[in-house]
Amino acid sequence: MQATADGAAKPETQAAADERIVQACWSCQGPVVSGEPFCPSCKAVQAPGQADHFQRLGVARGFEVDTAALEKAYFQLQRQLHPDRFATRTTREKTLSQQQATSLNDAYETLKDPLKRSVYLAHLMGLDVLKEGCNALNDPVILMEAMEMREALADAETAEEVGDLTRRAQGDIADCEAELADAFHGTDLDRIGTLITRLKYLRKLADETRFRRAQMRGRA
Amino acid sequence: MALLQIYEPGETPAPHEGDHDVAVGIDLGTTNSVTAVSVDGTPEVLRDEDGQALVPSVVAYAPDGSPIVGGLAKNLLAMRPDSVVSSIKRLMGRGIEDIKTVAGHLPFTVEPDDEGGSRMVRLNVGGHRLTPVEISGHILTALKERAEEVLSREVTRAVITVPAYFDDAARTATKDAARLAGLDVLRLVNEPTAAALAYGLDKEAEGLYAVYDLGGGTFDISLLRMEKGVFQVLATGGDAALGGDDFDHAIAEHFLKDWTGETPGAGAVKQAIATAREVKEALSADDAGTWELALGGESQTFSLSRAEFDALIEPLVARTLRICEDVLEDAEVTPDAVKGVVLVGGSTRVPLVRAKVAELFGREPLADIDPDEVVAVGAALQAEALTRGSDTLLLDVTPLSLGIETMGGLTEKIIPRNTPIPVAKAQEFTTYQDGQTAMAVHVVQGEREMVDQNRSLARFALRGIPPMTAGAARIRVTYAVDADGLLTVSAREETTGTEQSIEVKPSYGLSEDEMSQMLYDSMKHAKDDMTQRILAEARVEAGRAIGAVRAAVGVDGDLLSDDERAEIEALVGAAEAAVAGTDRDAINAAVEKLEEGTREFAEKRMDRGIRAALRGVEVERLDKATRDREEQQDETQKKAEAGD
Repeated sequence: MQATADGAAKPETQAAADERIVQACWSCQGPVVSGEPFCPSCKAVQAPGQADHFQRLGVARGFEVDTAALEKAYFQLQRQLHPDRFATRTTREKTLSQQQATSLNDAYETLKDPLKRSVYLAHLMGLDVLKEGCNALNDPVILMEAMEMREALADAETAEEVGDLTRRAQGDIADCEAELADAFHGTDLDRIGTLITRLKYLRKLADETRFRRAQMRGRA
Repeated sequence: MALLQIYEPGETPAPHEGDHDVAVGIDLGTTNSVTAVSVDGTPEVLRDEDGQALVPSVVAYAPDGSPIVGGLAKNLLAMRPDSVVSSIKRLMGRGIEDIKTVAGHLPFTVEPDDEGGSRMVRLNVGGHRLTPVEISGHILTALKERAEEVLSREVTRAVITVPAYFDDAARTATKDAARLAGLDVLRLVNEPTAAALAYGLDKEAEGLYAVYDLGGGTFDISLLRMEKGVFQVLATGGDAALGGDDFDHAIAEHFLKDWTGETPGAGAVKQAIATAREVKEALSADDAGTWELALGGESQTFSLSRAEFDALIEPLVARTLRICEDVLEDAEVTPDAVKGVVLVGGSTRVPLVRAKVAELFGREPLADIDPDEVVAVGAALQAEALTRGSDTLLLDVTPLSLGIETMGGLTEKIIPRNTPIPVAKAQEFTTYQDGQTAMAVHVVQGEREMVDQNRSLARFALRGIPPMTAGAARIRVTYAVDADGLLTVSAREETTGTEQSIEVKPSYGLSEDEMSQMLYDSMKHAKDDMTQRILAEARVEAGRAIGAVRAAVGVDGDLLSDDERAEIEALVGAAEAAVAGTDRDAINAAVEKLEEGTREFAEKRMDRGIRAALRGVEVERLDKATRDREEQQDETQKKAEAGD
């Protein structure tokens, strides 16, 4: 347990140590570096603090994420911070652990999904991709692609045809993610924005093909 | 007394938990309920003298209103249909408008709403006006008393399982029922998740598993990944009104269709359903049979074959399979990727169910742990984990999307289904009229686009918005779901900070007033119970404060003069003495004194901490110092104890 606790706490320490804000622990009033999940003296759980998702899970900021390492860090931290660990503690500790676990879930759900991760990363870089994805709706290439795929979906009559479209969308998604990885190595926010918009609609399309197939199955 | 024990993060058994009471796991089922307890990782299902684990979830009310729960009540069902309630779980968290769809065969008069309060259903049972929460509370009280008898100790805390597909209202109703029964709910755990926990820990199952849970009145399917002590629910689905009861109804309807005598009344329908249940159970083993149905003064003979039975229930089973496919789809998993399918619930004994599940997943399902008991076993394991500490991690999800009503009666989803909990999400809205000073928030749960096709959970208004032009106000609505799956909604106007927060409760739940009245009525020792609870809370808080001071002295004790140290020791001693007593005010006063008396010490510690940070001392070194000192301190403490 010792090793686990240390291993998981370390990234937080480093992220927060850059700022070195020392606060008083709510329980023992001793010093705690902000962002630390636990007080070093009395081990009381602390508030989640302002760390970004990458810092919270201790992975390097970037589009390419080692998903296995991400998951491992997430499980390790949840093991310590999940409300199930605080079921018989004080109300304050229960509340703090719920906030911690909520922040962890938010960070993990955001970073494990390439689309959410790219939107979040772009946001950290100062680019807010709108929810509806209008940033690049005026991009003619994307518009054409979208219309063509949609037509194909509308015309599809069998589950096999829809399945083909799902696979095609999935292939396009993989390509788009590879391009995004490349784009995030640079600083061309326009390109990043365009690719995110494309990824968004490709994902939506893939969902629709799946939905359509479920509908066909329902009728059968 | 070894009050000072510092636990590693994540290992947090409560310091003041004596062995005087034990936390149990309760599977509060539609048809039957089961209680189990786990000690040192070994779960045991509680049984009566006859070895029976299943307690029928049936309550009979005596003329004076006192409840009788279990087998005896079940036997009275046919004789006194007006005062015996079964399958009450189907009405948990339901409003009057749901009754028609949910409880087609309800033999009770539904009482009208009163005082504009909650919209919870009220039944007239043998002249007594009862809510489903009270009736479930009576079942839980009986289970608690039985457990206390079998275990010969007090039972005040429990993990209670609910169908994964239970909505917020039904979960809240379950928690309220437990409160009425004097049970502190440590956690509401989803039934399939509990079953997976039992399998994972007992059979060391690893990989992707599906749990198919068909009970008396509810169906759940959950897809989980189990690995190295982590139980992660990937997706869940179900139908909160589909179960073995529906099989019984299908058979009963089939019989009554051919009934030639007088039109059967409520009692006759109950009798027919009871016979139908026997038919179902018999046909789960035999190929055909003949039954005599006696209604009123008449008696007729019916026969049914397995094939006919299968044909009657086939549409119901097909519904469960459709839901399974949807859940697999949601998780983007194909059936062959599933390593095992666990069967839960008595209705999975029906051969057609087993065959269809095997067909869908392409493998024989697992039923090595009794499908009737596995949920309670998992709940007991979780109850022990929550009170005694554990390394196992349960990560569950929200079963249904949570949304808000927007213009035009549309639903905007705020938290989509299958989101890991706990979760909090916020969305900003604005006003649509100039000078608008209030905004109605309508909280709904479900997957449909139109609000009225989803379940309405609550409505509240955010008032006091300063008059602005339309679209200028920024109203942030936050949805938070806790580890029990319960929702809290708050709304806040960002420019002025006007805030409204509610636990989603009013619509179908009980108001606080109703709750306290019921608590007062239901508990013989309501006051004692409250005192006990407040005392327990004060002790937990005092334990935390004492532990914190001890730890601080352990880390930064060198900042104290001998006199100061002695003074703090005395305050700690006084607090410990207070904790050993039963006077809550004395405990709180001692804790307050302790915190006052250590304020100066805390300031010195902060000074040092900040100086250390400025000097760039590595926090790791502080950590190490903490550990070293803890060891030292353990030594000191051992010596101190030896000296006592």
